[in-house]
Amino acid sequence: MSTETAEVAVKKASEPLFSKKNKKLLSDPLDDSNPITVQVLGICSALAITVQVKQAVVMSLSVLFVMIMGNLTISLLRNSIPDRIRIIVQLVVVASLVILVDQVLKAFVYDVSKALSVFVGLIITNCIIMGRLEAFALGNKPWPSILDAIGNAMGYAWILIAVSVIREIFGSGKFFGFEIFGSAAEGTGLYSIGFMNNNFMILPPMALVIVGIIIWIQRSKNTKLIEEN
Amino acid sequence: MQDLVNIFVKAIFIDNMIFAYFLGMCSYLAVSKTVKTGVGLGAAVIFVLGVTVPVNYLLENYVLKEGALAWLSEDLAGVDLSFLSFIMFIAVIASMVQLVEMIVEKFAPALYGALGIFLPLIAVNCSILGGALFMQERQYATIAEATSFGLGSGVGWFLAIVAIAAIREKIRYSNVPAPLRGLGITFIITGLMGIAFMSFMGIEL
Repeated sequence: MSTETAEVAVKKASEPLFSKKNKKLLSDPLDDSNPITVQVLGICSALAITVQVKQAVVMSLSVLFVMIMGNLTISLLRNSIPDRIRIIVQLVVVASLVILVDQVLKAFVYDVSKALSVFVGLIITNCIIMGRLEAFALGNKPWPSILDAIGNAMGYAWILIAVSVIREIFGSGKFFGFEIFGSAAEGTGLYSIGFMNNNFMILPPMALVIVGIIIWIQRSKNTKLIEEN
Repeated sequence: MQDLVNIFVKAIFIDNMIFAYFLGMCSYLAVSKTVKTGVGLGAAVIFVLGVTVPVNYLLENYVLKEGALAWLSEDLAGVDLSFLSFIMFIAVIASMVQLVEMIVEKFAPALYGALGIFLPLIAVNCSILGGALFMQERQYATIAEATSFGLGSGVGWFLAIVAIAAIREKIRYSNVPAPLRGLGITFIITGLMGIAFMSFMGIEL
C-alpha cells in the first residue's frame, strides 16, 4: 500500500512540463475553446480597440501579462482565499496588475499609452481575465494555470488582431499606420480610380458583424462547435 | 423633477449602454438564450447600477475629488485622490455584487443555477464600472441625478437583453446556416440593432 502511494507520488512529480494534457491547455483556447468566439468572454474591449492594428497588439500584450500574473497569483493563493470574498480578492489582484501595466506603458511608450489610456483601465473589467481566474486558476496548480493564461491570451489576441486588420485596411485604408492603397487625401494610388474607404467599418456595429463572420468561418471548419439552435 | 426624467430617458435610449457604448457585452451575449434568464440578469443589473452609481457618487464627491476632503479639515483641502478612483469604484461594485449573489442564492436557487458563472461576473460587467466612470465624467450636480442616471442605464441594459433574448427565442424556428446558429447570428443581430439605435444619437431632450 505504502509503496503504491510512493510510486504515484513519483509519477506525479516526474510529469513532464509539456505533457499532452498541458499542451492541450495551450492549444485548446486557440480554436476549440476560444475565449471570444466560444466562451464569449472579453467582447467589450474586442469591439472598442480594434479600429487600429497597433492598439490591438499593445492591448493583447497587456492582457497577456495581466492574465499570466493574475492566474499565477490566484493559483498560488487558491487554498487561502475564503469563498465568500473571492471576487474582491481577484479584483484587487487584477486592478493592481493593471495599474502596474498602465504605469509601465506610461514610462516607456508614452505615445501608445496616451492612445490607449481608457482601454488599459478597461482591462480590469475584461471578463476574460476574471472568467479564467474563476473557472481555472481557483482550482488548479500554478504551472497549468500559467499555460491556461498564455493559451487564452493568445486565443484572445488572434481574434483581436484579425478583426483589427480587416477594420483598419477597409475602414481607413491603412495597415499598422501605413497607407497601403495610396493616399486618400491626395487621391493617389487606388484612390485615383475611385476607390473609397468604407467609413462604416470604423463604427462599432461593424466589429460585431465581423466577429460574427469570423465565428461563421471558424464553425464551418470546426463542425463540432455548431450549436443546436 | 423634469431634469431627473430627462436624464432617465436619455440614459435608456440615447446613451444606451449596449447599443451606444457596447458595454457589458459578455453577459449580454451569453445569458440571452431565454427571456427568463435575461429578465433575471437584467433585473440584477438594474439593482446593482441603481445602488453603485449613487454610492460611487458620494465616494467621488466626498473622498476622491481634488479638494473633496475639505469637509474633514482645512489641511486636507489640497489632497487629490482621484488616481484611486478605479480601485475604489471596483471595490464598491464587487462588494455589492457579492451581496446580490448571496440574496439570489438564498431566495431564488433556480435562477442562481441558470445564471451560473455570469452572476459573479456582473462585477466585471463593463456596464457597471462604465456607469460609475460616466457618472464621474459627466459631473452630475446632485445625488438624485446620479441615481436617476444609474437606474436609467440599468433599464436600458435590461431592455436590450430582453429584446435580444426574445429575438433569439423566435429565431429558433428559422433556418439559419448551421455554423452561424447561436452565437454567430446573435453577434450580427446585435450589430444591426446597434445601427438602428444609432438613429437615437442625434436627439436632444
